[in-house]
Amino acid sequence: MTNMQLVERVFFALAALLTLGGAIATVAARRPIRGAMGLLTTILGICGCYLLLHAEFLATIQLIVYAGAVVILFIFVVMLLGSSAESPADGSAALPRYLAAGVFVACVLGAGTLMLRVSADRGKAAVPAVAEHFGTIEKIGRELFTEKVIPFELTGALLLVAVVGALAVGRGKQADPTLEPADPSTQDGGKGEGSAITEATTAGAASAHAGDRA
Amino acid sequence: MTIPIHYFLVLAAALFATGAVGFLLRRNLLVLLMSIELMLNAVNLTLVAFNRLHPQNHGGQVLAFFVIAIAAAEAAVGLAIVLAYFRLRGTVRSDEATALKH
Repeated sequence: MTNMQLVERVFFALAALLTLGGAIATVAARRPIRGAMGLLTTILGICGCYLLLHAEFLATIQLIVYAGAVVILFIFVVMLLGSSAESPADGSAALPRYLAAGVFVACVLGAGTLMLRVSADRGKAAVPAVAEHFGTIEKIGRELFTEKVIPFELTGALLLVAVVGALAVGRGKQADPTLEPADPSTQDGGKGEGSAITEATTAGAASAHAGDRA
Repeated sequence: MTIPIHYFLVLAAALFATGAVGFLLRRNLLVLLMSIELMLNAVNLTLVAFNRLHPQNHGGQVLAFFVIAIAAAEAAVGLAIVLAYFRLRGTVRSDEATALKH
């Protein structure tokens, strides 16, 4: 039993170290690619914490969604932007920002010490035992598809809208290549009058096509 | 389990503070988005820890599941906005976003 306790403690210490170290690396990294790697480390640490908290399904989801999708998305964008992804002179924040950050950290430190003191008074055997299949995909799936089925479906709708929105925003203002080619001098989607002309011609061509189809 | 729950809560608080400080002090839009992800992860850790304290149902874990889905959607849309902003300004510094200021 004591051996098991020791293993758990060491595992938690390792997970906490990964989490906080990764977070600090994310925030302090000058290059965003290193920040993405720090984020990955944090996610691995949190996955370890989930395992300790009997949330096996969430640990899996955390690895698949965060490490597999979100971090990869960040890395894609960093590589797409190339050297312009890192901004020079990033550390020169204004004084109000430093003040706000300092106040925030002070609040968190105070709350943390308070919490540690209060829970030390209340004794440490407060963590109850869990049922046998707590946190498995079976139990969570049952709850997700019975009690919480409406939020679940709404999440699906939200993801669909997010996909459409990301496509619409990320594609930018481009003339539809299937339409009539506009004047090449206004083709580059530039600023001011040029882009307005491009839009006007594109809209005109689109309405002409619509007229053809009708 | 022998590790008290408040260890996880303090860890989550420290993680959230790190994310908030990064969000306040950094000017790189990509790092700002990563800081938001850090804060969302901290909240998730808190939810799961409290669920461990009340294991009658899986409310906290299910809520954390929803938060993960929303965080993925937020990252996709946010990164698309960063790309559009970069196309417009040629930089990812958040200071340069002053189009509505003037």
